[in-house]
Amino acid sequence: MGARNRREPCRRCALPLSRSRFLQGSQDNVIQAFAFYLFATIVIASGALTIVSRNPVHSVLWLILAFFNAAGLMLLIGAEFIAMLLVIVYVGAVAVLFLFVVMMLDIDFAELRAGFTRYLPFGLLIAVVLLCEMIFAVGVWNFADIGPDTRMGTIDPDMPNIEAIGRALYDRYLLVFEGAGIVLLVAMVGAIVLTHRERGGVRPQNISKQIKRRPEDATRNTQPEVGKGVEL
Amino acid sequence: MIGLGHYLVVGAILFVMGVLGIFLNRKNIIIILMAIELILLAVNINLVAFSAFLGDIVGQVFAMFVLTVAAGEAAIGLAILVIYFRGRGTIAVDDVNRMKG
Repeated sequence: MGARNRREPCRRCALPLSRSRFLQGSQDNVIQAFAFYLFATIVIASGALTIVSRNPVHSVLWLILAFFNAAGLMLLIGAEFIAMLLVIVYVGAVAVLFLFVVMMLDIDFAELRAGFTRYLPFGLLIAVVLLCEMIFAVGVWNFADIGPDTRMGTIDPDMPNIEAIGRALYDRYLLVFEGAGIVLLVAMVGAIVLTHRERGGVRPQNISKQIKRRPEDATRNTQPEVGKGVEL
Repeated sequence: MIGLGHYLVVGAILFVMGVLGIFLNRKNIIIILMAIELILLAVNINLVAFSAFLGDIVGQVFAMFVLTVAAGEAAIGLAILVIYFRGRGTIAVDDVNRMKG
C-alpha cells in the first residue's frame, strides 16, 4: 500500500509540467476528463461510421473526423507536434488522396456491399475476442504497476515538445529519419511508375534528339549557278 | 484523472474497429485501405500515450515514422487500385486472381 502510494504521483504527473500547471485542481481535472471523453467518443464513433458507411465518400469524411479527434487526444497529453502532423499529413494529404480516388473512379458501390452481412457474425466474433484480449492486457499492465519503474525520463519539462522531438530525431535517429525519406521517395516513384501510361497519337518533345542535332546535319551549303534553282 | 489505461483502451477499440472493417468490407478495397489507416492511427495513439506517460520522447519519434509509412502505403495502395480498376473496370477484390499466385 505504501509503495503504491509513493508511486502514485509519479504515474499521474505524466503531463509535461509547463502544461500540467494549468491543469491543477479538481475543476481543471473535470475539464480535462470532459475533453478526453469527448474526443475519445467522437473518434470511436467516427471510426465505426467509417467502416459501416454505405457511401465511400462519407467513409472518407468520417475518417477525417476521426483523425481530427485523434489529434485532439494527442494534444491533451502534450504531443503537439504529432497532433499537428496528423492533421497535415492525414487530413491534408492522405484523406484528400482517398477522396480523389473515390470520386475519380466510377464504381458501383451497391454491388460491393454484397456479403456485408455474411461476414458480420464472424467479423464481430474476431473483433470481440481481440478487444477482450487487449483490454485484459491493459488491465494486467495497470494492475502490475510496472509503468513508473521503466520510465526513462528523457522529456525535459521546460523543453517544448517539437524541440525534444527534433533533438531525438536529428541526433540518435538520424539514419532512421533518412530511411523514412527514402521510403517516401520510393513510394512517390512507385506511384508515378504504376499509374503512368504512354498515350499514342501525341507528338511529345524529344529533348535528347533536339540536343544531338548538329548544324551540319540540318543545313547544306550549295552554290547554285545563276538562273538555276536549288534542288531540295 | 485520465491515465494511460484510458488511452490504451481507446487505441484498442480503434484497432479492433479497423480489423472489423477489413472483415466487413471484403470486396471494397477502398474501405479496406481506410481500415488499415484506422489501425495505424490506433498504433500511433498507443505510441504517443506511452511516450507521454512514461516520459520518453522516442515514442513520438516512432509515431512519426509510422505516419510516414502509412502515407507511403496509402499512395502505393491507391496507385495499385487505380491500375486495377483501369484493367478490370471494377474494384471487387474478393476474386483477385490476375497473377495466378
